Amino acid sequence: MGVTALNTLPDDDTLNIGSYRFSSRLMVGTGKYATAQIAKDAIKASGADLITVALRRRELNGNNESITKVLSPENYTYLPNTAGCYNAEESIRTLRLAREIGGYNLVKLEVIGDKTFLYPDVIETVKAAEVLINDGFEVMAYSNEDPIIAARLEEIGCVAVMPIAAPIGSGLGIQNKNAIRIIIEQANIPVIVDAGIGTPSDVAIAMEMGCDGVLLNTAIAESGNPVIMAEAMKLATIAGRKAFLAGRMATRAVASASSPEKNLVAS
Amino acid sequence: MQLTINGHSKHFADSMTIEDMVKEVGADVTQIAVEQNRVIIPRSQFAATQLRDGDTIELVEFVGGG
Repeated sequence: MGVTALNTLPDDDTLNIGSYRFSSRLMVGTGKYATAQIAKDAIKASGADLITVALRRRELNGNNESITKVLSPENYTYLPNTAGCYNAEESIRTLRLAREIGGYNLVKLEVIGDKTFLYPDVIETVKAAEVLINDGFEVMAYSNEDPIIAARLEEIGCVAVMPIAAPIGSGLGIQNKNAIRIIIEQANIPVIVDAGIGTPSDVAIAMEMGCDGVLLNTAIAESGNPVIMAEAMKLATIAGRKAFLAGRMATRAVASASSPEKNLVAS
Repeated sequence: MQLTINGHSKHFADSMTIEDMVKEVGADVTQIAVEQNRVIIPRSQFAATQLRDGDTIELVEFVGGG
């Protein structure tokens, strides 16, 4: 691999998830934006090509502005999620409905276990994933940063595992680096850190560690300027990925001078 | 006839297909999914599927989410 243009990754460094291929390793959510225009501009600035969407009942008397008018499915791959589902049955029903809308086969399974922390219910997640995979879905699974669950999700056929950095929307960054490192080392499917990212340095850390990608939403949507922050997240993803591809220097306990130690003027 | 759509009871004309109902509530047929009494109705069947008095309908679409 040679040197690449600024702000880009090598063309052959695509993110392959199941039968899908993406140019960006940053995936973004589409919720919580103050206006549709800000969402549109920020998501464009993020460079993401995979964006998460939720499925909800249509408001029969409300003002329905279709998300497809703001974020065209021509320009983005939609990743339907199961946010708000608390068991396998609701999650499966939601994703089967999502598939009817536009043939969406690649899905983000997230079965929530509690309302305060929105931690995943990994038992229901495994149950739902087995049914969905059998039904032809390519399942990306939101999970705890637990290497055992990550291995189980891979074993049953998930196409990506998505351990949390921290609780959804918390902005706390990676809380358990060692567990994420173990998950990366053992995984043969993409590892996407999902949830809890607060700032670009959190993204860079995840990518430098060797995560295949990062998924975030609130860190952009609730920032002071979502468009600028989206671009910062894009650059952090690329910087972290390039650092991982390059391979970082070894650390040492003592100093190692950067200037020659011979032929000093005074010697 | 009386239908329950997305949890709300609503009155509709007596002879209607799913396609008629989707249009009547102002939805874009290509952007929604429909369940009739918990059974998903494929889009290709909207025009051929009659609604019946007392049906429970879910009409869903994509919204922003993380």
